[in-house]
Amino acid sequence: MVTRTETRAEAQRLRAIFEAAGALAVETDILLPAEVLLDLYGEDIRGRAYVTSDALRGEQMLRPDFTVPVVQMHMDNGAEPARYTYAGEVFRKQEDDPSRANEFIQVGYEVFDRRDPEAADAEVFGLVRKTLGGLPMRAAIGDIGILTAAVEGLKTTDARKAALMRHIWRPRRFRWLLDRFSGTLEVPEKRKALLCADDPFAGIGREIGLRSRTEIENRIDTLRDDAMASPISETTVALIDAILSVRETLPNAVEKLRDIAVDLPAISTAVERLARRAKALEVLGEDVNSLVFEANYGRTSMEYYDGFVFGFYIEDRHDLPPVATGGRYDALTKVLGKGDAIPAVGGVIRPGLLLELGRGEA
Amino acid sequence: MSIKLGIPSKGRLMEKTFDWFGERGITLSRTGSDREYAGAVDGVEGVQLVLLSAGEIPRELAAGRIHLGVTGQDLIREKLANWPARVEELAELGFGHADLVIGVPAAWVDVDTLDDLDAASAAFRKTHGFRLRIATKYHRLIRDYLRDHGVADYQLVDSQGATEGTVKNLTAEAIADITSTGETLRANHLKILHEEPVLRSQATLFRSRTAVVDESEQNALSALKAQLGV
Repeated sequence: MVTRTETRAEAQRLRAIFEAAGALAVETDILLPAEVLLDLYGEDIRGRAYVTSDALRGEQMLRPDFTVPVVQMHMDNGAEPARYTYAGEVFRKQEDDPSRANEFIQVGYEVFDRRDPEAADAEVFGLVRKTLGGLPMRAAIGDIGILTAAVEGLKTTDARKAALMRHIWRPRRFRWLLDRFSGTLEVPEKRKALLCADDPFAGIGREIGLRSRTEIENRIDTLRDDAMASPISETTVALIDAILSVRETLPNAVEKLRDIAVDLPAISTAVERLARRAKALEVLGEDVNSLVFEANYGRTSMEYYDGFVFGFYIEDRHDLPPVATGGRYDALTKVLGKGDAIPAVGGVIRPGLLLELGRGEA
Repeated sequence: MSIKLGIPSKGRLMEKTFDWFGERGITLSRTGSDREYAGAVDGVEGVQLVLLSAGEIPRELAAGRIHLGVTGQDLIREKLANWPARVEELAELGFGHADLVIGVPAAWVDVDTLDDLDAASAAFRKTHGFRLRIATKYHRLIRDYLRDHGVADYQLVDSQGATEGTVKNLTAEAIADITSTGETLRANHLKILHEEPVLRSQATLFRSRTAVVDESEQNALSALKAQLGV
């Protein structure tokens, strides 16, 4: 049994490693204003984080992760470039699986640096890997930036691109939208009727609520435009499917994606970024031939990551959460920076899990 | 000791439950004055009646303070995370039917499906600067449902009663509530989304998986289940 004292000591040890790597140790509040987190993640965060309140400050959340408060701190008064480290508790509801901890310690390393983002990606990944020590682990990596580049480059209307972009992190609706925009899904009868109606508002009765008649008319116009737009071609959908199914060692993945980029040039820049990252990892001594790149990785659980993503797992232990995770979150700095933005990447380790694994207790 | 059976303490749900047990040879009745929440069980040994608010029965079952309880499937699924591990469904009782549905103003001619709701939410947030509000008391069920279906840019606002009135009162743009006929929704100028209901619910007899039973209680429970045919 790993005690809290031991976990704390382990966390301090890991944080010292990150400090030695050049990071400034920082602390953040444990109670965070709920508004910021709700605004970022939407209602889903209530299913994952503990919400509490008082009559003066309103809703507060028990820190579900450090990234948001650390980004806020940096955007408010950070020097550039900056490297930060921290260690402390995070809290997550675990309503479906009582065996998962709802309170645990995380140690993190975050890099805010405009120069050479791929080198920064490799730096974080390499440092986390070294800090984890010699335990046999499987690393998974991905890159959300390739899928967003593919969507950005689609030959279709801006409205459709925006809709797909909005649902990059919700694979089910993303797929559904893609099917609809490519004409694979039938247009519902009611939609057809609405678009041909002379007066769509005939016989609707009393109009109530804040959403106005103009807003409804605007959406009908959007639907009309959409009905006129030509479908996204089968070939393009097949290319997106090809991207999403890439699951190869890193060098092979780069080659495969380069092949796809021949037909979908919009992803070239993102693929070359991946290639530069692979190179940077190699320079740091990482064995890239044993690194598996999954194009779909990180699409469901890590909404603010928008580029490089990674996780370290214990082989054959699907019951355990990852021991370490991380990724790039450039867009988050823009949202929290009130107009400012800076490329940022980071990773976190769970020292408690690391100790349990080291002792064969997990 | 005896087996504790939790039954809704008032209204049609109580009467229908009494009828259901009565048809199976077990007479449940309230004792004492009209206002006193006490009851009696005839027709089977070792069973004690506990009258409770239907909304409290899920919690009491999960805590193991009652062995059996009658309540709606909607309340069990809303209030108990990981419910199959905590209670067992013994029998659906065939009354108290209600669907949990999402309702939007009937004037929203452009919104008919979850896809429409999602798109309307995105546009609403852009226009008004906050997420489209859905009034409900079924927070967990609705949040899980909308997440599974990939709907974003909404927020849930709590409404413990008169939920259908929130849109007219401008405290929400849409609602999620249980309905049996849709009458109240229509009367409040709302329509139901053209989707399968979030949940179809009815009054159900549940057994607590956590309540401790000694041998005599186990015998009483078996006898009761045999007589009920569940």
